Formats: sequence, C-alpha cells, structure tokens
Amino acid sequence: MITILMITIPFSFGVIAFFIRNDFMRRILIIGCSVIHLILTSLVWAKCLDVSSNEWLGFDNVSIIFLTITSVLFSGAAVYAIRYLSDEKIYFKNEDGKRSVFSPEAVFSGCFLLFLSTMTMVIASQHLAVLWVAVEATTLASAPLIYFHRTKRSLEATWKYLLICSVGIAIALLGIFFLAVANNNQGEMLLINMIENAQGMNIPWLKAAFLLLFVGYGTKMGLAPFHTWLPDAHSEAPSVVSALLSGALLNCALLGILRGYQICIAAGLKTYCQEIFIVFGLLSIFFAAVFILKQTDYKRMLAYSSVEHMGIITLGIGLGGSAVFGAMLNMLGHSLTKAGLFFTAGNILSSFKTKKISDIRALIAGRTRWTGILWMVGFLLIIGTPPSGIFLGKFIILKECIFQRRYGITFAFLITLAIVFIGMARIFISMTQGAPVEKDNNNNSCNVDDFWRIFVPGLFFVLIISIGIYFPAWLARALESAALGLGGF
Amino acid sequence: MIGCMPIIINFQTLTPGTIIISSLSIIVKGIIFPWLLFRALQEANIKKEIEPVGGYPLSLLMGVVMFGMSFWLSAQLVYTQPLVSYLAAPVSFTTFFIGVFIIVSRRKAITQIIGYLILENGIYLFGLAFLREQSLLVELAILLDIFVAVFVMGIAIFHINRAFDHIDTQKLSELKD
Repeated sequence: MITILMITIPFSFGVIAFFIRNDFMRRILIIGCSVIHLILTSLVWAKCLDVSSNEWLGFDNVSIIFLTITSVLFSGAAVYAIRYLSDEKIYFKNEDGKRSVFSPEAVFSGCFLLFLSTMTMVIASQHLAVLWVAVEATTLASAPLIYFHRTKRSLEATWKYLLICSVGIAIALLGIFFLAVANNNQGEMLLINMIENAQGMNIPWLKAAFLLLFVGYGTKMGLAPFHTWLPDAHSEAPSVVSALLSGALLNCALLGILRGYQICIAAGLKTYCQEIFIVFGLLSIFFAAVFILKQTDYKRMLAYSSVEHMGIITLGIGLGGSAVFGAMLNMLGHSLTKAGLFFTAGNILSSFKTKKISDIRALIAGRTRWTGILWMVGFLLIIGTPPSGIFLGKFIILKECIFQRRYGITFAFLITLAIVFIGMARIFISMTQGAPVEKDNNNNSCNVDDFWRIFVPGLFFVLIISIGIYFPAWLARALESAALGLGGF
Repeated sequence: MIGCMPIIINFQTLTPGTIIISSLSIIVKGIIFPWLLFRALQEANIKKEIEPVGGYPLSLLMGVVMFGMSFWLSAQLVYTQPLVSYLAAPVSFTTFFIGVFIIVSRRKAITQIIGYLILENGIYLFGLAFLREQSLLVELAILLDIFVAVFVMGIAIFHINRAFDHIDTQKLSELKD
C-alpha cells in the first residue's frame, strides 16, 4: 500500500503541476510531495521488510538503501529548486517573452515530480519487466528537464541522452527476454521466483542475458565505454536536475544490473559476473581520470567524477566480500556529496553565468564567499579525504582488494585515483583561489549566497561528514544486509 | 505484420489478451508511428530522407553480413524448448542489427528514430517467438513506453529543426571533449 502511494502521489501531483498556472501553488506542490515521500520512506523503514512472493512492487533489503538516497536527495533538490526557479524566472523574462501552452516552469515541475515517481517505481520493482518499463520511463520523464534552458546546446544534450539511453535500455530488454528463455518460460518474471528457479536455468542463455543487461543498464548508469551521453546531459541540464541525475538516477540504473546479478549469484555464476564488474569498473575510473585532467568546464568535470564513482562502486561489487559493503557506502557518500556539489555549481553558474573554469577565480573572496567554501569542502569530500563517508567506502574496497592479493587491480585503482585527485585539485583550487576577475555586467546576477542556496548543499556535506565520524548502527545494519544480498558479507 | 504475429503464434490457444495486444500493436506500430513520423517529416521539410554515411552499396553489403551473422549466432544458441520456427531467432537478430546499423550510419534525426523502431521491433519479435506466457499488463506497458519515446523524440525533432534549421545529427557536435 505504501509502495503504491509512493509511486502514485508524485505521479498525480506531477500531472496536476502541468496544469497549474500559479507558480506559488506549483512550488507548494513540489515541497509537499517531497515531504510526503520522505514520510513514506521513513514508514518503510519503520515497517519490517518482507517481500511476499507474489507482489510486483515492494522494497527489500537492497532497494531500501536506494529508496532512502532518492528520497533524501529529492527533498533537498525540491527545496533548492524553489529558490532556483524563482531566480531563473527573472532570467527567462530577460531572454524571451514567448509563451507556449505550458510555461517552462510548469513543464519543469511536472516532469520533476514524474521523474521522482518513475525512479521510485524502478526501486520498488520486484518484476524485471516492470523494472525495465520504469527505467525507460525515467529517461522520458527527465529528457524535458535537461531541455529546460531551451538552448541549442541543451537540445543537443537532450537528443543524445534520449537516443543513447533508449537504445541502451532496448538492449536491456533483449537481456530480459534472454533471461526468460534461460528460465524456460516458467511463470512470471518476479525476482523472487527467478532466484528460486536459478539452479535449473540454462547457463549459456543466462550468461548472455547478464551481459546484455549489463551493457543496457550500464549505458544508463554511465559506465565507461557507454558513458558518452552523461557529460553532455549533466553539463547542460539545470544544476538541480544534474544533482538528481547523478545522485539518484545512476543508482537506479545500477539497481537494474544488481537484480540480474542476484539471479546470477543464485545460479552459481558469481565469478563470471564479478570479472565483468571489475573490468568495466576499472575502465570507467580510467576513462574518467583521463577526461578530468584536461577538462575546461566545471560541470562536465563533475559529470566525469560521477563516471569515476560509478566505476568505483562497480569495482567494489565485483570484488565481493567486504568490498560490497564499501561499494554501498561509497554510493551513499557519492550521491549526497555529488548532489551538494552540483547545487554549489548551480550557485556559481548563476553568479558568473559561465561554465568555463578559466573564467572563474577567487570564489572564496567577495560576494560568493560561502559558495566558495562549500565548493572547496565538497572537493575534499568527493575525493575521499578522511572525515568523509566516501573515504570509508574507498578504504574498505582497497582493503578487500589487497586482502584478496589482487595487486594489479590495487595498483591500477590507486594510480587512477591519484590522477583524478590531481586533475580535480587543479580545477578546484584555481577556481577558489587567485585574484578576482573583473566582472562587467553582473547586475542581473542573483545573490547566490542566499540562505536556501547554501543550506541544502551544506546540510548534505554535514550529513556525509557525520557518517564518516559517527557511523550509526542502524545504517550499518541496513548496508550490511544489502551487501549480503549482493554476494558480500 | 508484427502486430499479427501474436495471433499467428498462439493460434491454437487464442485468448482475449493476445487479441488485444495484437490489435493494439497494429494500431500503434502500423498507424500512429507512421503518422507521427510523417508529421515530423512535413514539419522538418525534408526532401531526401536517406543519406547514409557509407553509401548504398556498403549499406546493402552490411545488411547481408548482418543477416549471415544472425544465422550463425542463432545456430550457436541451444534452445530449451520447441521453437515456433527455425527462422524466428535469425530474423529477430537481423532486425535488431539492422536497427543498430541504421542508427549509427544515418545522419538525420528522423532516420535514427526509424532505426530505433526497427531495433525495438527486432526485440519485440524475439519476445513473441520465445516467450509465450507474458502477462498482458507488461506487454502493454512496454508498448506504451515505446509510444511515449517516439512521441518525445518527435517533439525533440521539432525543436531541433526550429533551433538549427536542420535535423542533421552529425552537426550536433558542439558538446565534446
């Protein structure tokens, strides 16, 4: 019941938001929806988790982590979006006076809520085909969000996002059909049934199915050779949307792969899958490291950092053992930190009106002082400096790597992380320090050190630091049971 | 044609569900998609639809190669149950590969959508041939998703045409590293 409410409430609110003319009412709707979603999420936590065998929708030990991340991120994004939209309003009026059937903000709010609804559906799906439908729906709901600014560049990004992700997800559909063939077409494709039947599955078909699922959802998740849409979409989308795409959507796609992985574990194909995970994980970190080094656009740099973190998470899952726990922790840390960084990047963009790294100096001085401080703190957190949850995650993965005597992987992992560190440090430090550049026409730029614009990323950073310092027992239990379901311990 | 497949395959055990699926996919794939695409074509004012990157002979050759590859691939697979037809797997794989090839080799945004539809048809055909007991709801949801995808892509094409005065995706290259 809760599950259905969690999907239908954002959905109906989203549809309503398209038709509301009043901006204020629409914003209330977004906030209200995020609060309801958050309350329902905590209800799911309070309730004992048990997935009965014949339900298509429900939360289990693995998906509750994903649900919590999505819900918290969305609430933060909703608060930030309110501020952001009212600032953008002025911007839009300056640009053009044309009006379409729905105002850009109505489309934005509607799709924003639909996006939440579809993401919740991905997380709740216990039926593989329903999961596929939901993942495709997230693509469609978020495409108009990327096109929010109505520029040529954002249009290009939207087109690439739509086409590349749709084709990728179509491949995942083929994977799901392969999985059904491997299962000898017995009954519905419920996850729980599939895991029970896994022993009797046809192994070659199952292997092919996993590969197709991996490539398909991997495209959506932004793993290295299939990541090409990701930097474009993340850099052109409004910062609120980038935060959600990076922090919540990529995780949802990962969940799609993990569902396939759960079936493969039950069928005894664990090592086969782990090798795939490790190869693509390392490849993603490597690609990201290379592209971060020569980056000239700070939002693209953040996008590549997401590719890197997806690589780390994939690597952790591939290593198995305690590294799965590390991967889950890293995912939690990455989502919060990256969302905070994208919000901060949104502040910088609103203030400087440029995405070029070379045009931005001395964030820490002058009017953007708080933004500059957040930007620097976010940098330290995302690369995994000790009081950050990400540090714990990376450290556990590294420990497991050495423990398994896989020195080659350890070496590659450390070297690429060092490259990422150097590349990102150069960018962040040059943006925050130095002499201020003369700005000529910044009269129309808004005050970005506004309380709400600082509060949301600040809160996320505080959360992630506190996880690094004090690790609550309930969270540890939840992450452990999730890791247990994914072949770790 | 693909719309009729569910009826033909399940001829012995015809249920209302199969008929609904069949008729809906005939309507969506046979009537609505062409209509949407033609409308997009008119709006974008395109005279020549096909401009392959590699030229026609190469495209034809690739088609043959992919056809052969699909047969080889299908021969490699071990089937777990009696087949509808020996041609089912090769045909669906060929359709799938041709779809991918069209997306990669054609320049216009609209031909890329057509490529996507061909690819989707290939997968759909595979699903029809191999999975006979899928629930109605799932099939409908998949159909709906594809419908919305084409619809959204159609809108995107409209905007691309208005913003750039063409729908040549090779010129969409501002964003790169």
